[in-house]
Amino acid sequence: MNIMNVDYSTKIPNNVNLSEDRQVLKALEGWYPGYLDWWNDMGPEGFQESLVYLRTAVSVDPKGWAKFDYVRMPEYRWGVLLAPQDEARKVNFGQHLGEKAWQEVPGEYRAMLRRLVVVQGDTEPASVEQQRHLGKTAPSLYDMRNLFQVNVEEGRHLWAMVYLLQKYFGRDGREEADDLLRRRSGDADSPRMLGAFNEATPDWLSFFMFTFFTDRDGKMQLESLAQSGFDPLSRTCRFMLTEEAHHMFVGETGVGRVLQRTCDAMKEAGIDDPYAIEKVRALGVIDLPTMQKKMNLHYSLSLDLFGSEVSTNAANFYNSGLKGRFQETKIDDDHRLTNDIYKVLKLVDGKIALVDEPALTALNMRLRDDYTLDCEKGVERWNKIIEKTGVKFRLELPHTAFHRQIGEFRDVDATSKGVILSAAEWAKVKSDYLPSADDGDFISSLMEPVSEPGKFAKWIAPPKMGIDNKPGDFEYVKIEAA
Amino acid sequence: MNAPTQELIKQHLIDPEICIRCNTCEETCPVDAVTHDGNNYVVDASICNHCMDCISPCPTGSIDNWRVVARPYSLDEQFSWSDLPVQDETIADAGGGAAVEALEDDVSKLLEEARKGLGGKPVAPHSASKPTVNLYNRGKPATATVTGNYRLTDAASDSDVRHIILDFGQLPFPVLEGQSIGIALPGVDASGKPHHPRLYSVASSRDGEKRNANNLALTVKREDKGVCSNYLCDLPRGAKLEVTGPFGATFLMPDDPAANIIMICTGTGSAPFRGFTERRRRAMPDAEGKLLLFFGARRPEELPYFGPLQKVPDKLLGKYFCYSRVPNEPRVYVQDRIRDEARQIAQLLGDSKTHVYICGLKGMEGGVDEAFADACRAASLDWTALKPAMRESGRYHVETY
Repeated sequence: MNIMNVDYSTKIPNNVNLSEDRQVLKALEGWYPGYLDWWNDMGPEGFQESLVYLRTAVSVDPKGWAKFDYVRMPEYRWGVLLAPQDEARKVNFGQHLGEKAWQEVPGEYRAMLRRLVVVQGDTEPASVEQQRHLGKTAPSLYDMRNLFQVNVEEGRHLWAMVYLLQKYFGRDGREEADDLLRRRSGDADSPRMLGAFNEATPDWLSFFMFTFFTDRDGKMQLESLAQSGFDPLSRTCRFMLTEEAHHMFVGETGVGRVLQRTCDAMKEAGIDDPYAIEKVRALGVIDLPTMQKKMNLHYSLSLDLFGSEVSTNAANFYNSGLKGRFQETKIDDDHRLTNDIYKVLKLVDGKIALVDEPALTALNMRLRDDYTLDCEKGVERWNKIIEKTGVKFRLELPHTAFHRQIGEFRDVDATSKGVILSAAEWAKVKSDYLPSADDGDFISSLMEPVSEPGKFAKWIAPPKMGIDNKPGDFEYVKIEAA
Repeated sequence: MNAPTQELIKQHLIDPEICIRCNTCEETCPVDAVTHDGNNYVVDASICNHCMDCISPCPTGSIDNWRVVARPYSLDEQFSWSDLPVQDETIADAGGGAAVEALEDDVSKLLEEARKGLGGKPVAPHSASKPTVNLYNRGKPATATVTGNYRLTDAASDSDVRHIILDFGQLPFPVLEGQSIGIALPGVDASGKPHHPRLYSVASSRDGEKRNANNLALTVKREDKGVCSNYLCDLPRGAKLEVTGPFGATFLMPDDPAANIIMICTGTGSAPFRGFTERRRRAMPDAEGKLLLFFGARRPEELPYFGPLQKVPDKLLGKYFCYSRVPNEPRVYVQDRIRDEARQIAQLLGDSKTHVYICGLKGMEGGVDEAFADACRAASLDWTALKPAMRESGRYHVETY
């Protein structure tokens, strides 16, 4: 079988030769009904029968990557797709540097690897659960389609991780795969594993912020797992990254279009002061200070996903060759880091200071710094949109110490500029930095669905280009499909 | 004035306004032509070989941009952009047009030749969907399977025109009505070189012969000693062949139900109009715009799709057949029927929503042009001024051979 092409002869489209891997095929087929139940219970609410113009990968070759067609979501061809194998691939970092990449799980790393796969896997269905009510308030069919594309791809990412669990981790893996369907985002008894994935995604601005900030954490994690010496994990994550890029796109352009609309409306109404919040809101658009507050919230929640700044787990993952740095192979150093240091932002005697730490234990911090750089580039693009309209306002990422629940700064209250406040002072100014209940109510009040092709809610500008080069009035979702 | 003498190139560029810096293109590019700085992702024109691998994985569509240039934009220039530069129209005029119809020189030349009758650079209709161009090339062709091959002309006629259906299976091959595909003939020609590519217009609509089938149809006339036409006409069902394209970015259908479309053809020139008609029938059956077909052949028995065309309701398509070799009847050419309909034609030409398409043998151009001029004159319209104006606004199209 050609590894580039996808085998559709089994129930589960795949390019991993499942038809000759009876045991794993059976395990996956056994898992499939549970997955469909989960999708029907926890997937997009109210649109399971609609025809959605979705992209399905029919091959991992670039040409086969994007096949667009109308699909009912429960009939989406979720499958197991791995990037092509490079026979000469090596372990590229840590103590096994230079060894041939592993095609099987090294016994001594079994527990560690399983943990990595499960944590990654748990985030995938979580975001589908968080976003399940959004279809009902979509600002256009175009946005609705993008939401559902993100959802089905998160579903496929769950498949990708479940394949690894069932193929390489035996009975433990099968149990973990079942548990991935058992936990629920925000559930008091069995929540998802990471904090940000138990937060609500109550409105479309939150969704765009989530796909920009939180899915970008996913991108960083997948990229460093794509460096793994365990080759099947690397190949899985490499293909997932191509899909994750679409989620970044939805987030970045979504927020960008909200900013565009707000600034255009301000200009049309002759409002120059971005802080004239009530006047701007009266136009039916989201004021820029509120955009900044939403950004503060989602960025800080996403920073927590990187874990503690100094972590021996991270050092062990690296040393063992299981999880590398962002774009490891493009970094020019010894790829062992045994004697290197890395500067980490810490709380020293109540003050925020840069401290030298061994580079190995500071790997979470390093990945987080790479993440921040990546976010900054996007924020700069947003600022360009504002600048072009002539409105005087700049968005800024808040300080690392701002609004943290995990790591060095979890016990202090800092402003977005990194000034540490007493609890009493913080309570007074908190709503200047984070969205208040009133802000949330205002945003919710704008969430009126628009389902006429080519039309958009008044708080968001149309996109510059359609999906798959489609014209502006294309019917991306046929809601009432017979 | 000095005409540019240097070779023009079609440079691949990324739109920095739409790009989100996701790195997918750089990761995908097999020859490392894509690179980036802190500002933009860019394509190195000295490395890019137009393999198009980066096009489909791009989540934003920013990757699919082309400019005809005399001197390629350097990496530093591209790094400094916050918008794409506009196409330099003087260069585009010298290079045949701003729209990139193909990325292979031999195919571009074929299309340029076919568009000569336009008398200026071709412009796509404003409302046309954005075409995909050159997804498959000689180095990386697509493999298609013949799923149908049958004769369209009467068995008694000495003209063998065939309807050939090519299926692409799981392979994406997105076409728009009016585009062409290239046929890569196996083997070499008499001088030992690979055969020149042959272009055939797609005769089906964008969503396939039947709705949502991943296939397309060609209309092929068997030419005496024609290497490619005989190869295609003899392909049995199930045969595999190599295909390139899609090509063409201007001879496209307006995506506007208000648009009037006048289609004039002879013989296999009817292929794109079969696609146009089917598209209208499927996507906008109640369109207020008119669809007219002037179709010339020697005899009804030699008119491709004669039978199926009878079944197309007049409400959807106004049909004007013209036969030049029916015994005991006067010879009627397309220009004669246009003259018969002069009032209707003049009224339509005076309407800014009207688009004209001419496809077929080069010989028909002169007669059609004169008939249009006559129709206009009677209605006090100046065809010599109207024609270039229509062309420039993407409403006058020629593809003749």
